[in-house]
Amino acid sequence: MSNAKEIFLKEATTAAADGPQRIFINKALGGYYANRDIQKARFRDWERARDAASLAKWEAVNDLANTLETFVTKFESNGGKVHWARDAEEARQIMLRLIAAANAKAVVKSKCMTTEEIHLNDALEKAGYSVVESDLGEFIQQLRGEAPYHFVFPCMHVKREEISALFTKHLGTAATNSPEELTMIARRHLRQLYVDADVGITGANFLVAETGQISITENEGNARLTAALPRIHIALSGIEKVVKKLDDLSVLLPMLATAGAGQPMTCYNTLYSGPRKPGECDGPEEFHLVLLDNARTQLLADPEQRDSLHCIRCGACLNVCPIFKNIGGLAYGTTYQGPIGSVITPHLRGLKQWNHLSGASSLCGACTDACPVRIDLHHHLLHNRRNANQTSPTLFDRLFHRGFNFVISRPRLFALGGRVFRFTLPVLKKIPLPYLSAWLKTRDLPSAPAQSFRQQWKDSSHG
Amino acid sequence: MANARSEILSRIREALKVVAPKPHFKSEPHGNSAAQNAKPWLPDGGATMTARLDLLTENLAKLKANLIRVPDATAAQQALQSIAQAKHWKKVAYHSHPLVAPAVEALLCEKWEVTSSFDKQKLEACDAGVTSCEAIVAQLGSILVSSVSSGGRSLSILPHVHVVIATVDQVTADLEGCFSDMLARHGQKLPSMLSFITGPSRTGDIERILVLGAHGPKELYVILVG
Ligand code: SF4
Repeated sequence: MSNAKEIFLKEATTAAADGPQRIFINKALGGYYANRDIQKARFRDWERARDAASLAKWEAVNDLANTLETFVTKFESNGGKVHWARDAEEARQIMLRLIAAANAKAVVKSKCMTTEEIHLNDALEKAGYSVVESDLGEFIQQLRGEAPYHFVFPCMHVKREEISALFTKHLGTAATNSPEELTMIARRHLRQLYVDADVGITGANFLVAETGQISITENEGNARLTAALPRIHIALSGIEKVVKKLDDLSVLLPMLATAGAGQPMTCYNTLYSGPRKPGECDGPEEFHLVLLDNARTQLLADPEQRDSLHCIRCGACLNVCPIFKNIGGLAYGTTYQGPIGSVITPHLRGLKQWNHLSGASSLCGACTDACPVRIDLHHHLLHNRRNANQTSPTLFDRLFHRGFNFVISRPRLFALGGRVFRFTLPVLKKIPLPYLSAWLKTRDLPSAPAQSFRQQWKDSSHG
Repeated sequence: MANARSEILSRIREALKVVAPKPHFKSEPHGNSAAQNAKPWLPDGGATMTARLDLLTENLAKLKANLIRVPDATAAQQALQSIAQAKHWKKVAYHSHPLVAPAVEALLCEKWEVTSSFDKQKLEACDAGVTSCEAIVAQLGSILVSSVSSGGRSLSILPHVHVVIATVDQVTADLEGCFSDMLARHGQKLPSMLSFITGPSRTGDIERILVLGAHGPKELYVILVG
C-alpha cells in the first residue's frame, strides 16, 4: 500500500466518524446551495451556457501552444515579463530569484492554489523572507499551520471559537464570537502589511490571449491590494489557464461566481495587462508572470482526460460530493481536493501513489452535473482505475483477475464453485478473511439462496 | 539544457498530436469566440435603458451597495455632501475628473487629491475614496473601474468607503457589450488594470457567514447622474 493511501484511509476513517463535524460542514454548505440555485435561475439557459463555457476552454486547450504564444507576445508587449517553469522546483527558483533581485524583505500573497501546489511558502521562508497570506481563509490556515481544507473555502471546517483563540494566541486580540469582529481583526492586522510589502504574489484565474491580460477573481479585495501597493507584482499560473478571447470571460466570470460561491459575480474581477503605465498614478514598477507546466502537459497528452485541464477551480464539484462532505478536505492530502483533485492528482503526482483517490467516489455523478465546464469527472475516475489496473496492477488484482477468467470461462467449474460457496458461506462469514473482512466491517453479507440462479432458471418454465 | 519555453511548447505540440474530440452540444456555439452567441443564455442585461436601470437598481440592492440617483451634477454634489456629513468623514481622497473633482472640492472636510507618487499611508488613513468609472454593467450590478479612469489602482480599494460618481449613459447591458466597448475605447492601449467591482468587499471565510469589508471598502455608494 502506498504511503499516501495509508494516510488517506486513516484520516478518512477518522473524519467520517466525526458526526458533529459533518453536520457543521453540511450546515456551512447549506447557504451555498440556496444561493447557487438562485443565481443559476438568473441564467436564461444554464445548460447551454455550460456548453459555451466548455467550448471556450476546449478551443484554448486544444490549441494550447499557439494560444499561449499569442498571449505571451501580447503580455510582453504590454510591459510584463514572462518566465517559463517546467516543474515546481524551476518555478520556485524563478520566484526566489525575482524576489532576491528586488532586495525584498516582506512578501504579501493573495490566494493562489498554484503556489500551494509548488510549496512556495516553505521555500520563501527557508530563504529568510516573511510571507503573509492575505486571504482571510488562507491567513487562518497559515496561522493554524494547516493546508487549505477546500481550494475555494480554505477554512470552512474551522469554528469561530477556534479562530478567536487563534487570533488571541498569535495577534494578542481579545476573544470574540462574532465573525464580523474576527474579520475586522484580520483586516486591521493585514492592512499595514500590504503597505510595507515590497513584493506582491498573486495567482491568475484566466490568461486572455487576445489582450495579454491576466484575470484575477476574488471577494475580499486582498488581490487588488496585493497588485496595487507593492513595488513588484509576481503572478503564478498554470499554462492551462489561457483563453482565446476577452469575450470568453463574459461567460466564464459569471459562471465561476455562480458555480463557485452562488454569487452573480465575484466581488472583484480584475484584469491586469502590465506594470504601471505612464500617466497612471500608482501600480507596480515590474510585473512578472511565471507560467507553470508541472505535469500539465502529461495530462494534455491523454486525449481522454484532456478536458480536466478545462477546470476553472470553482470548487462546485467538492461542494456536492458525498465523499468530500463526509471525509472533508484534509484527508485527501492533495493540493486540489474533491473529485477534480482525485482526477488530476494521479496525473500530476503519479498514478501508482494516488490511484486510491479514484476509488474514493460513489460514482453518483453529482460532480459531473455540477461542473460549469462539463468535465466528465466521474468517468475520469473510472478511467484512472482502469489505467492503474493496466499499468501497475497489484499482485492481488493480477491473481484475482486471472482466477476469475479461468473460472468464468469454464461453466462446470463455475457451477461447482457456486455450490461450494453456497455451502460454505455460513462458515466463511465467521472467519475473518483478508480483504473481505475490511469490506464487511460496515456491510452485511446476505445469506446464500438455496439454489443457484441457473438451477432456478432451469426449474422454471423457461427450462 | 533546452530552454524552458521551447521545451514546454514542444511538449504541448507533441501532446496535441493526438486529437481530442470536440465536445458535441445540442446547439453549437459559433462565431468569433466560443462565447459570442452565448448572450441569450446568460443573465438578462435589459433591452431598453429603463429595463437596464431597473435591473441595476435591483442588483445593487441585493449586493448591499447603495444607489443614489440624482438629476444633475449639483445634486450629485449635495448627495456626496450628505453622505460625508452623516458618516462624519474627516478626509476624502479623489482624483481629477470633471464629475468627481467639483463634487469633492465642495465638501467641507479635508480633501486630498491623488496624483502620481502619492503616499500609500496617507491614502489608507482616508475615510473614503471618490472615483469615476469606465462603465456600469446592469446584468450583474458591476462597476468597471480602471487605472486610467478611476485614479489608479489603490483609490477604489484602499479607503474604507468607495463612492463612484457616474452618468446614466455609462450603464451598459451586459459584460459582452462592456468588453467590446473597452476594446473600442482603448484599442491596443488598455489601462494596466480593469476591475469589475460587484458590491462592497466581502468574505464568507468564517463559517460561510457573510461579512462585508474584508480587505476592501466596507461600503459602496453609486451616485448616478441623469
Ligand atoms: S472540475 Fe469543474 S466543478 Fe470541479 S472545480 Fe473544476 S470547474 Fe469547478
